[in-house]
Order: sequence, then structure tokens, then C-alpha cells
Amino acid sequence: MNLSLDWSVLPAALPFLLQGMGFSIALLVVSLLGGLLLGTGLALMRLSSNVLVSSFAAAYVGIFRSIPLVLAIFWCYLLVPMLIEAVRGVHTPIGPMYSAFIAYAMFEAAYFCEVIRAGILSVPRGQTGASLALGLTRAQTMRHIILPQALRTMMPLILTKSIIIFQDTSLVYVISVSDFLGAATKIGQRDSRLIELYLFAGVVYFILCFAASKFVEARTHRKVAT
Amino acid sequence: MNYHWDWSVFSQLTITTVDRYWQWMLSGLALTVLIALLAWMFALALGVLLGIARTVPFRPARVVVGAYVEVFRNIPLLVQLFFWYYIAPVFLSLPWQAVINTAQPVLVQTVTAVLCLGLFTAARVCEQVRAGIEAQPKDQFSAALALGLKRRQAYRYVILPMAFRVILPPLTSEFLNVFKNTAVVLTIGLLELTAQSRQVGEFTGHIFEAFIVATLLYFLIAQTVSRLMGRLERRLTIPGESGGGR
Repeated sequence: MNLSLDWSVLPAALPFLLQGMGFSIALLVVSLLGGLLLGTGLALMRLSSNVLVSSFAAAYVGIFRSIPLVLAIFWCYLLVPMLIEAVRGVHTPIGPMYSAFIAYAMFEAAYFCEVIRAGILSVPRGQTGASLALGLTRAQTMRHIILPQALRTMMPLILTKSIIIFQDTSLVYVISVSDFLGAATKIGQRDSRLIELYLFAGVVYFILCFAASKFVEARTHRKVAT
Repeated sequence: MNYHWDWSVFSQLTITTVDRYWQWMLSGLALTVLIALLAWMFALALGVLLGIARTVPFRPARVVVGAYVEVFRNIPLLVQLFFWYYIAPVFLSLPWQAVINTAQPVLVQTVTAVLCLGLFTAARVCEQVRAGIEAQPKDQFSAALALGLKRRQAYRYVILPMAFRVILPPLTSEFLNVFKNTAVVLTIGLLELTAQSRQVGEFTGHIFEAFIVATLLYFLIAQTVSRLMGRLERRLTIPGESGGGR
């Protein structure tokens, strides 16, 4: 084995790596919030009695769930600047970061749509009838009765998915954004210490995701026990 | 928008003046399917073995496999791929490194991709198999042993056939994930479907046409796989057995 590891590059690289981690977490938060918001909208559309609306949502989900995230990232990298230009009329360079935010929110929305739809369908039908009988409108029923329960039922799935999304944020590598892995790659290439940086990145991802998954597991079990 | 649509680009000759662009797309599709199928077969074989190992009454086996699952599930696929491609060869002996360095790059990349995706997916398959086995009532085991079957036979003829029927739907979605995950291998230089469509887009200047075709092809793959798995599920359903796990 002809391997000599030199970890002395790490301390100096930490601030940049931390900045990268900041972006990874920001991307996670945006995908979660954007994905849940869009996903709820899509779920409601899918459950709509209007065939046009529900089939649009079905097509959206069907397409986004069959393409790789990498392709979705490329799509948005290409489309978002064009759309902004079409709307504003002038060329507006926004950088790959914002198109990544949009790509992740749109992509995860398709997954969350399915989760929330299942959550909504898991709420007994009688509840809708009861709340309508109490004088709530359909929108109020959805907003105050059905959705809170649907989200609560699906919380374990949403939390587990968050860990996977966090891991998937590393894919912005393909459009050269400096997330945690991107930052590690850039430092590693600059100092020709790619092996050390990738090993370090792997260990950090492992510790974070392992801790998070244990936390989710403990939380889910406690909920079931009570 | 003043984008000029031209779907005939796919029939144009590429810069090699031998192939046409549709052949590039097709070779990308072929590589995606090839890597996904090989990785899936590997993952299925390994994952089933590991899943069984997680349920046997032998603690060391359960602990080792549990550690395997945690490691492969909690590190991003891209980091794992970089590990196998850039780091793992360093740990090999020099003769083996020489073999890798002199072999066809595409072959090395493909093998790495299959290995990486296979090991990654095996951890997920393992958890599904374990869940399927644990979903079987404990009495099934006792009954099988009481009938004189050995532990091995009890797994083979009683527990696993039932467990597989239960986990067929989640396995289907893992199978679909393998196809999507193959796109990651473009980062080590393999021209699978996504990379190939980007290349066609860059050479022709018609990136939208290329991406639309790639998107449709991925959609087609997903539809085909879920159709086939649905058919398999219906065929395996045991009449009267609570609707076959649905």
C-alpha cells in the first residue's frame, strides 16, 4: 500500500467547508419547505374532481418521479434563466445556486405529493362529513381538519425523506455549486489532497445522517408507544 | 422566446461522421439500462443474503450486517461513487493497480459504477427483506420447525416465499430508483443517458430536444418497469391470501 495521508490541509479548509455545509443545509430547508408546499398543492390537485386538474398533477408527478434528480437539475439550470429573461425581458444571470433551489423544490414536490395524498386518504371519510355538517366550508375542512392530521400521520416518512434529501443535495456537484461536497472537491483539487477531503466528507455525512436517522427512529417509536 | 426548434438534429451526422445523433442517445439509453440491470441483480442477490443474515439467531452476523446497512445508507451515493472510483484503488496491491490503469477506462468506470450502485442498493434491499421476514408471524417458523424442516428449509420454503410477496411493491420502487441513480455515474465520465443527451445538446445546440427525448426515455423506462413488476405481482398473488399484500 502506497498511501500517505496528510490531514494538515483540513484546519485551513474548515471555514470554506463550513460555508459549503451552510449551503447544503439551506438547500435542504428550501427543498423541504418548497417541496411540502408545492406537494400539498399537487396532492389537492390530484384529489380534485376536475379531471383536467387531477390529470395535470398526475402527469407532473409521473414525469418528475421517473427522471433522475441530476436531469432535473440540468433542466432547471437551463430553463430558469430563460424563464426569468422571458418574464423580465432582460438577461438576468442568477447563478446556478438559485436554479438548484428551484430544481430541488420542484423535484421533491412530486414525492411529497404522493406522501401527502396518502396522508389525506388515511383520514377517515366521516371526518369530512362531520366538519361539513358543523358548518365549515370545504377549504376550512381541508385546512383545519384533514391536512393537520395527514401531515402528522406522514411525519415519520417526511423526516426519513429529509435525510435522503440532505444526502441528495450533494448532487449539485454536477452544476459546480459549492455545497459541502463541492467545497471538499475544490479544496481537494487545489491542494491535491482529494483522498483526505473525500474521506473527511464521507465521515461528516455519515455522522450527521446516522445521528439524524437514530433521532427519527427514537421519535417514531416513542409516538407509537404512547 | 426565440428558440429555434429542430427535431431533425437527431438524424444528422455527428462530428465523427460515422454515427448519427440518435445513435448517441440510444447508446446512452443502453448504458443506463445495462448498468441499472447489472447493479440490480448484484444488489438483489447480496441484499437478500444480508436481509436473511439480519434475522438469524446469531448476533455477530446481525451486528456486522447492521453496520453495513448504516454505512451504506447514511453516506450520499455520490460520495460512495467517488470513494470507489478515486480512493479504493489506492488500497489495492500494485499489480492490481496496474491492471486497472491499463484496462479500458470505460470498462473500469462501468465496473465501478455497477459495484457502487449494487452495494448501495443492497443495503436498501436488505432492509426490505428483513422487514418482509419480520412481518411473518413467529408461529410460521415454529410450525415449520415442528414439521421437521431444518432452519434453512423453513426459510427457503415457508418464510421467504411469503416475505417476497409482501415486499414486492417496495422492491419495485427500489428497482425504479436504480435506473434513476445511474445518472450519478456521469460524474466519473460515463456517457449514460443524461450525459449523452447533454453532449448531443452541446454538439448540436439543440439542448431542449435532447433533454426532452431523455426525459421521455426515462419515463418510458419507469412505465415499463412498473408495468412488468405489476404483472409479476399479479401472477404471484396467492388466491385468498389477503389480496396479495395490498
